[in-house]
Amino acid sequence: MKVIYILWLRQIKRYLRSRARIVGSIGQPLLFLLALGFGFGPVFQRAGEGSYLQFLSPGIIAMSILFTAVFSGIEIIWDRQFGFLKETLVAPVSRLEIMIGRTLGGATVAFFQGLVIFIITIPLGFHPEFVTIPLGLLFMLLIAFFFTALGTAIASILKDMQGFQLIMNFIIMPTFFLSGALFPVNDLPQALKVILAVNPLAYGVDGLRGALGGAVYFGIGFDLLILGSATILCLGLGSFLFTKIQV
Amino acid sequence: MLGVIKIMNIIEVDNLTKKFKEFTAVDAISFQVKQGEVFAFLGPNGAGKTTTIKILTTLLKPTAGKISLNGCDPVKNANQARHSFGIVFQDPSLDDELTAFENMEFHGVIYGLAKKVRRERIEQLLKIVELWDRKKELVKNFSGGMKRRLEIARGLLHHPKILFLDEPTLGLDPQTRNHIWSYIKDLNKEEGITVFFTTHYMEEADRAADAIAIIDHGRIVIQGSSNELKEKTGAATLEDAFINLTGKPIRQEEVSGLDRLRQNRRLFRH
Repeated sequence: MKVIYILWLRQIKRYLRSRARIVGSIGQPLLFLLALGFGFGPVFQRAGEGSYLQFLSPGIIAMSILFTAVFSGIEIIWDRQFGFLKETLVAPVSRLEIMIGRTLGGATVAFFQGLVIFIITIPLGFHPEFVTIPLGLLFMLLIAFFFTALGTAIASILKDMQGFQLIMNFIIMPTFFLSGALFPVNDLPQALKVILAVNPLAYGVDGLRGALGGAVYFGIGFDLLILGSATILCLGLGSFLFTKIQV
Repeated sequence: MLGVIKIMNIIEVDNLTKKFKEFTAVDAISFQVKQGEVFAFLGPNGAGKTTTIKILTTLLKPTAGKISLNGCDPVKNANQARHSFGIVFQDPSLDDELTAFENMEFHGVIYGLAKKVRRERIEQLLKIVELWDRKKELVKNFSGGMKRRLEIARGLLHHPKILFLDEPTLGLDPQTRNHIWSYIKDLNKEEGITVFFTTHYMEEADRAADAIAIIDHGRIVIQGSSNELKEKTGAATLEDAFINLTGKPIRQEEVSGLDRLRQNRRLFRH
């Protein structure tokens, strides 16, 4: 337990100490909220869909969690580079404990990041359903865990950052843009709906939006089931790949 | 008799081989290190030194061969073996974003030291390496020598039986080198810690090591004390003996993905 705690604590300390990272990771979602939220707001309204900011906010909260979580997982590559990974790998603790500690730390940071964005959305005009906020927080946690574990899994395979660019462009960005975070899913072409149905983030966004008082597409119970199972699978995969690392 | 020999050899390596695809980095090497000995493992770049250390310290799995480390097999009982050694890697392995104290604390916790013992030893060790006054500073503000000293202190925190040092004095000024070596020798004498080190400074090996093995192209070419090596090769100094045995051409080391990564680092760190 202590081992997991100290690994968790390390992630938290690193996060709190890099102010630039905090500012940067709040700036991007904020830009999305302002530019898209207010930019497309009038069009969205005229199309009879109501307030775009109301629709968009859960999507942007999910986005900030997605990026922070993947980045936290990917940090293993840096630890490998700076040699710190070796320090943990020669210690007499199981790889699984290391993986759990790191993932908890990364997920906490990502969750916290999402919370900050959530709070920022409220003065901008987002009106969440207060009663079901705990359910929303649960979805935020699941998104955080899923993508930290995914980042860990990816980082366990990658040896350098060139591969990371590919992952960013071909996995992470499509995951975000094709998740329903930015637009309603109901009237999409069938092909896009299929892609959405295999995108774990789509269930996270849908569930989060539903929990915070918006319209759901898949249904909250179904979202919870799919995202929950996907998270458990991804944690398993991340742990498996992490235990195979040789440096 | 056999039992006695077993206890005396704290490291036993028998026909150890490591292949990376087609390339054989370590080719059926065998050697023993006696308990309490200072053992130098020498060789040109790319000879297989670091690969051997990585296998001994459970970071890599060998392709073939047998190893015994303080009586246990690091391949089968990795965790048990990990308790028995401390290691200072060739590349730095500190967390730059943590303070000196936090790095030590992290190590103490993952090695399962109780809080009281941990705090006592951290203070004691940081005082020995003269970093106690700066324990609250982030490691990224430390010089190369300070980081090295901190790594050595960290490697000793859990009182290992064996201390692996992979080029511990690389890039350090003579003062710091001298300081670090006198500290390592004290430890060896007073605590009976077995020291296994690699270096490119032959005079360092000459002065510090009780026994030396020279590895080249993944094979051990000679073993013995410094004097034995000089006698066998008819050389006046250990450096001459080394050159006689391993030849003059300069060795190439493959550029790793990590080196490329280092260059890209700044792009990704905010």
